[in-house]
Amino acid sequence: MKDFPLIFERSVPGRRGFGLPEPDVPPRPLEEMLPAHLLRTQPPALPEVSELDVIRHYTRLSHRNFSIDEGFYPLGSCTMKYNPKLHEEVARFPGFSRLHPYTPEELVQGALQLLWELGEELRELSGMDAVTFQPAAGAHGELVGLLMVRAYFESRGERRTRVIVPDSAHGTNPATAAMVGYEVVTVRSDARGNLDLGALEGELDERTAALMLTNPNTLGLFEEQVDRIAERVHAVGAQMYLDGANFNAMVGITRPGDQGFDVMHMNLHKTFSTPHGGGGPGAGVVAVKSHLEPFLPVPVVVREGDRYRLDFDRPHSVGRVRAFYGNFANLVRAYAYIRTLGAEGLRAVAEHAVLHANYLRVRLAPYYDIPYDRVCKHEFVASGVRQKRRSGVTTRDIAKRLLDYGFHAPTVYFPLIVEEAIMVEPTETESLQTLEEFVQAMVAINRECETDPETVRTAPHTTPVGRLDEVRAARHPDLRWRPAT
Amino acid sequence: MRYIPTTPEERARMLEAIGVRSVEELFADVPERVRLRRPLRLRPALSDMEVLRYLRALADRNGHADRLVCFAGAGAYDHFIPPAVWQLVGRGEFLTAYTPYQAEIMQGELQATYEYQTMVCALLGMEVANASMYDGASALGEAVVMARDLTGRDRVVTSQAVHPEYRQVLRTYTEPLGIRVTELRHEDGATPPDGRAVDGRTAAVVVQHPNFFGCLEDVRGWAEVCHRVGALLVVACADPLAYGLLEPPGVLGADIVAAEGQALGNPLNFGGPYLGIIATRQQFVRRMPGRLVGATVDRHGRRGFVLTLQTREQHIRREKATSNICTNEALNALAAAVYLSLLGPQGVRQVAELCVRKAHYLKARLAQLDGFHLPFRTPTFHEFVVRTPRPAAAVVRALAREGFLAGIPLGRFYRGMASHLLVCATETRTRDELDGFVEALARVARRRVVGGRV
Amino acid sequence: MYPEDYRYSTEHEWAKREDGKVRVGITRFAADRLTDVVYVELPQVGSQVRYMHPFGVVESVKAASELYAPVSGRVVEVNERLRDHPELVNQDPHGEGWMIVVEMSDPSELDRLMDAQAYRQHIGEA
Repeated sequence: MKDFPLIFERSVPGRRGFGLPEPDVPPRPLEEMLPAHLLRTQPPALPEVSELDVIRHYTRLSHRNFSIDEGFYPLGSCTMKYNPKLHEEVARFPGFSRLHPYTPEELVQGALQLLWELGEELRELSGMDAVTFQPAAGAHGELVGLLMVRAYFESRGERRTRVIVPDSAHGTNPATAAMVGYEVVTVRSDARGNLDLGALEGELDERTAALMLTNPNTLGLFEEQVDRIAERVHAVGAQMYLDGANFNAMVGITRPGDQGFDVMHMNLHKTFSTPHGGGGPGAGVVAVKSHLEPFLPVPVVVREGDRYRLDFDRPHSVGRVRAFYGNFANLVRAYAYIRTLGAEGLRAVAEHAVLHANYLRVRLAPYYDIPYDRVCKHEFVASGVRQKRRSGVTTRDIAKRLLDYGFHAPTVYFPLIVEEAIMVEPTETESLQTLEEFVQAMVAINRECETDPETVRTAPHTTPVGRLDEVRAARHPDLRWRPAT
Repeated sequence: MRYIPTTPEERARMLEAIGVRSVEELFADVPERVRLRRPLRLRPALSDMEVLRYLRALADRNGHADRLVCFAGAGAYDHFIPPAVWQLVGRGEFLTAYTPYQAEIMQGELQATYEYQTMVCALLGMEVANASMYDGASALGEAVVMARDLTGRDRVVTSQAVHPEYRQVLRTYTEPLGIRVTELRHEDGATPPDGRAVDGRTAAVVVQHPNFFGCLEDVRGWAEVCHRVGALLVVACADPLAYGLLEPPGVLGADIVAAEGQALGNPLNFGGPYLGIIATRQQFVRRMPGRLVGATVDRHGRRGFVLTLQTREQHIRREKATSNICTNEALNALAAAVYLSLLGPQGVRQVAELCVRKAHYLKARLAQLDGFHLPFRTPTFHEFVVRTPRPAAAVVRALAREGFLAGIPLGRFYRGMASHLLVCATETRTRDELDGFVEALARVARRRVVGGRV
Repeated sequence: MYPEDYRYSTEHEWAKREDGKVRVGITRFAADRLTDVVYVELPQVGSQVRYMHPFGVVESVKAASELYAPVSGRVVEVNERLRDHPELVNQDPHGEGWMIVVEMSDPSELDRLMDAQAYRQHIGEA
């Protein structure tokens, strides 16, 4: 079979895919405007293709992708729910998409009002006092959050050096702590899958700047002692950071602000349904309690009477983590989502996300190990150890085989504390029929592990390419195309 | 319930299978002490039609670029976006996919990213580019941290002609790590290479090219200065289309390029999402932040693409990762790839040339306009600074009433520059618009002369 | 499987005495557990390494592990072949897959390492 061509391999010298106007200003030699020695000597090696070539190339590439629009995407921790089409239309209104970020304030009142109202809704949803829209993604939000924690302690003349993360934490938590100059201390989980309170107490002291906690945690379990944890953390003067990746499980049920968190990020591309775009863009709003408000990045959206303003004059601010104000188009989408669902609808989101996850959990339990087999929240973690022991088939093989059945695989090998982890998050937007089809596929694969393990081990078989050689890719990195010489 | 397909009957079936009587029981592990025992106080839910109407009304209150002729740039450019770009990029298959963790069913995204990395390298003259960063400013912050890791040094020198917001971000990223940043004053709109600015402790020098004022920097000269003392040259860029016409930073000796890719097919979007570009030399690839896509083969020997060199990243290396970045701006990178495919080498050159011709026409006309003058003689690309007869912020307000977004008043960024306006003209400006803009500026200037209120 | 004339660290490095110098690599056990090695980051010749302190990193596709120096001293040689052929670590961990040669500053450190018998016990293969 032939390789699927690269756009560079379709290139023919002299072919064009654009229509640009002739210059309508008086002609002038370029060298009068730009010094000759600064002009490009070799044209960039971009493809030369027609517009139809481009349309076909990317349309065919799109056929080689898997998306929520195509099928079930139970990727744990990623909240792959349906992304309403309405939001795409709204985000493309010229009043939003054609708005320059340096348009004077009095001419961006509609945009600022939207941000203000979104901020009000997010404050109510989170139980926090103030928000910033600046972070472009969850990890970017973590950076903002910890920078604010650091600035808070500096303002009090305290130098704290450590950040505590559970062993089940997302890798972004320790990576963020390191970027802010903190030493990372890892605390284990207990037998029920919650943070081990005793172990935490053993590490807490006046060197601790923050505990970064995910709730529900990455096992899909609610931290039952969350308020007690907060008490202990606050007792040594440290801050409670919530990694809000799993906010979908608790909207309208319980609020981070009421659980004792001081600062959190929300992944709007998860809970608030902005499309993930094949890896981004996201939006990572950070919400804080009032004692951290002075440290918010600049600018902050404020309301004065019926006018809205960007406030840059904030002497204690941690500064900026990006240019301009945030991933605005995604903020528009998230606001459209919140306005469509309202209070009742958002609570129903959490309820159904949890209902669906628990349904899948009990349906799969006869076939796959569930290491922490109790009521879960929006996701649960199964394990492929039984299959591995029985027939040498790994979780990776099972994941790849699921692709043949027309599903995206769950998150695998995460969290690190579960061997052969299979992390399943169905979300509230999937129907019972879809959940059942997924169960049937998982049951069939479990059977195949017995009857035909080779088929599972060599899966996938029906995808555009077979299993790919990652070792070769890493040993001999080929990161851009070069013409054959 | 909107977007939830489960019927009451199905809900009952699921509860029965789980072995609980109510959904409430599924939340029994949430302590009463932290439960929200009242309805959320949110604005009332709206139907689809009402949402559209409400948000359209908000959108319509904004002075967007279809209403005000746009002469503003400064890191956000009103370039033409061929309709094919977002008709392709907006396809659900791209839009609603996650990060390509399962490579076999994500060859579309992975191959497009590999092609994007190739195109970015071609445009910038660099050897390796990653799959994307958040935006140009945060890419610059990460680039400087990368330079520190590569050199083991902790001093950074940045030109004051780097975008002021990018410099703010650079400070935010470097300050907690103890990196010392000093700034170089601009002279005549640019930053002449100066060997005294660096020594054996310097990790990197940062210049923007073309710089914030639109002026061209002596990148080659800075590369020599840096390399003489073992420092790295980091080149920031707010509009890579400039390299359709200008010698790219890679050829001029840049070690790391941090660029804003919004100009490549991405809408203005009131500042985001945009596209962070980072590119470097092959030898530095293992210190690079973010995702990288590489080519390999499948078990049948067919070409395929995977995320690679992942041991740099947070999900494996955790606190020792090169960065905490996870989600990036993949869709905006895809838009850039489609845009660059449509334009090709001739297209990017033509766009760049049109920008230069229009901007220089405007610059020449403003130079002749009473009360206005050009403070800098350094050559510029599609953006330049003009001195205004009244405070620039007042000029911008007055021009908005005439249907123009006149530019960016520099007083908010630079002391002593309250009467300096940063003006940009891209290929989308017509002769009529340019002339109309000059006439409107003239009217504003005249009104001052007769004492009229602006 | 584990040469009798080598000494072994708890972090799965081996040390082979060659005159006043020591050749260092990782054990078969460690190489197998890493699966396919894709990259080895090694120090420069002339740099100092310290007993049981990290001197480099060995990577597979999905994992990165620090390398710990079984002895202190100056690096006098590094295995340049690993740059293009990291697979040597898997193919011949105790031979061609060696990583560095160290000029020892404290030969007594060798006595603090395990012999082959003790190492086999350490990894449960005795």
